[in-house]
Amino acid sequence: MTIQPLLTVEQLTKTYGEIQACDRISFSLYPGQILGIIGESGSGKTTLLNAIAHRLPIDSGQVTYHNSIKPTHLAQLPEPDRRRLMRTEWGFVQQNPRDGLRMNVTAGANIGERLMDIGQRHYGNIRTAASKWLAQVEIPPERIDAFPHTFSGGMQQRLQLARVLVTQPKLVLMDEPTGGLDVSVQARLLDLLRSLVRTLNLSVILVTHDIGVVRLLAHRLMVMQGGQVVEQGLTDQVLDDPQHPYTQQLVSATLLP
Amino acid sequence: MNTATTNLTEPGFNFAYLDEQTKRSIRRGLLKAVAIPGHQIPFSSREMPMSYGWGTGGIQVTASVIGKSDTLKVIDQGADDTTNAVNIRRFFKKVCGVKTTEKTTEATLIQTRHRIPETPLNEGQVMVYQVPIPEPLRWIEPSEPETRKMHALEEYGAMYVKLYEDITQYGHIATAYDYPVMVNNRYMMRPSPIPRFDNPKLNMNPALQLFGAGREKRLYALPPYTTVKSLDFEDHPFSVETWDKPCEFCGATDSYLDEVVIDNEGGRMWICSDTDYCEETQKS
Repeated sequence: MTIQPLLTVEQLTKTYGEIQACDRISFSLYPGQILGIIGESGSGKTTLLNAIAHRLPIDSGQVTYHNSIKPTHLAQLPEPDRRRLMRTEWGFVQQNPRDGLRMNVTAGANIGERLMDIGQRHYGNIRTAASKWLAQVEIPPERIDAFPHTFSGGMQQRLQLARVLVTQPKLVLMDEPTGGLDVSVQARLLDLLRSLVRTLNLSVILVTHDIGVVRLLAHRLMVMQGGQVVEQGLTDQVLDDPQHPYTQQLVSATLLP
Repeated sequence: MNTATTNLTEPGFNFAYLDEQTKRSIRRGLLKAVAIPGHQIPFSSREMPMSYGWGTGGIQVTASVIGKSDTLKVIDQGADDTTNAVNIRRFFKKVCGVKTTEKTTEATLIQTRHRIPETPLNEGQVMVYQVPIPEPLRWIEPSEPETRKMHALEEYGAMYVKLYEDITQYGHIATAYDYPVMVNNRYMMRPSPIPRFDNPKLNMNPALQLFGAGREKRLYALPPYTTVKSLDFEDHPFSVETWDKPCEFCGATDSYLDEVVIDNEGGRMWICSDTDYCEETQKS
C-alpha cells in the first residue's frame, strides 16, 4: 500500500511583474514529514510559503490538500472554507512573533483565540487547554495571564507555536521560526520542535536560510535560487553530496562549529 | 401645508431640515437595514448644524422618518432635560413644528443617547439611537475590509477574546456599556453606548429600533420582535447590573440608577437615570 501525500504542489508559479518569484515548483509532502526550503534572501522562499497557503494570489499551478475525506484543491475552495482550514487543520508560524501574536492580550487569550474561532464557548475549558499547551511548549503555566511583550524572544516564538498547535493542525508552515534568536535559544526551540513533530505527527514546511536548522530538523530539503528549485532530495544526501553549483557554494560557505 | 404648522416652524428650511432627496436616500438605507437586521448599511452622511459626536447620525435618521403627526421625545443619558436632549428637541420643534413630549408612553418617535426608557415600548413606536462607533470588531481588527469579511463569514471568535480578557482580569465580564450582541443569530452588533442593563430590552422589542452613526456613515436596525442575544461564555453567563438600594426619589428597585455626588464631603445619592420613569413612579 502506498502512503498518500498530505499536500501536493504542482507547477506553482507566481510573478511580481518582471520578477519570477516562484517558477513552476512541484513537490509532495507526506504525513509526519518535515520539508526544509533553503535559499538566499530573495530566492522566493517566503513567497512560495504564502502562495501555498493562498495568502497571496497565484498565477498558475495547483495546490492539493489531502485530508481524511477527499483531496481539496485550495484554489477552488470557497474563501470561508479556506479561512476555516487555515485556522483548524493548518497553521502558520511567522518569523516575527509580533506578527503572529496579539500583543495586547494575555498569553491565555492568544492560545484560546483559535478555540474561540471554532466555536468553543466555555471559559474554563479554554483556560485549561491554554495552560496545557503552555506546558507543552515549556512556558511555566503560571505565566498564562502575562502579556506577550513581557516574554523573551524565544518564549514569544514558543507561545506562537502553542497558539497554532492548540487546534491540533496536520500541517504547519513555518517562515524562519528561529530567525532573530540567539544560538542557545534557537537550539532549545529546535529541540522542542523536533519532539512536538514526532509526538503530534505534524507535517511541516520549514523555510529558513540556516543550514544548521534544516540539518537538525528536515527530512527532505529543497534548495531554491532565483525562484527555481535547483536541487531537492533527502537532507543528508543534498548537504553531504551537493550536485548543483549553488548548493555546493552554500554548503561550503557554512561555518562549521 | 396648514397655517398652524407654518407659524411654528422656522422659515427658509425644508420640513425636518434635510432636503427631500437626502431623506429619501437615508430611508432607502434604513429599508435595507431593516431587511438585514444588525447589518451595517453605508449612507452618505450630511453635514448637520452641530458637530460630530453630538448625535448627527441619530438626527439624520430622525429627520428622515419624522412626519407631521409624530410626537417626539429626546433622551440624553436617560434624562429629558439635559443640554443635548433639550437642544435636539428644540431643533426638531423649529424645523418640523411637531409635538414634543417627555412621556415615553405619548411619544411615537424617541431619539436616544445612552439609554432605553424603563417604560416598556409598544408596537408602532420608533427608537432612534445615536451611535459613535458602529463596528463591534473595530477594537480587534483595525481594517475595514477585513471586518466586513469577518461579518460576511460570521467569524466572530475574536470578539470572545475581549470577554476572555475581561474575565481573566476582573473575574467577570466587566464590559459595562456598548455590550456586543448577536442579532437574529447572524450579525454581531454594537448596541451604541447603552448600559449592559438595557441589553435585555433590545430582545424581542415590539418597537422599531434604528441606529445612525453620522461620522462613521453607517445605519443599522432591529425590526420589531427580533431576537438579540448578548455574548457570553457557558460558564460565565450574561448578567445585568443590580443595586442594593432603591432610587432615593421614587423608590424604584427595577430601574437603572445613577450615582450623584451631592456635596464636598463625599456624600452621594442614587437616583433613576430615566427622569420620566422616576416622575411617573413618584406620582403613582
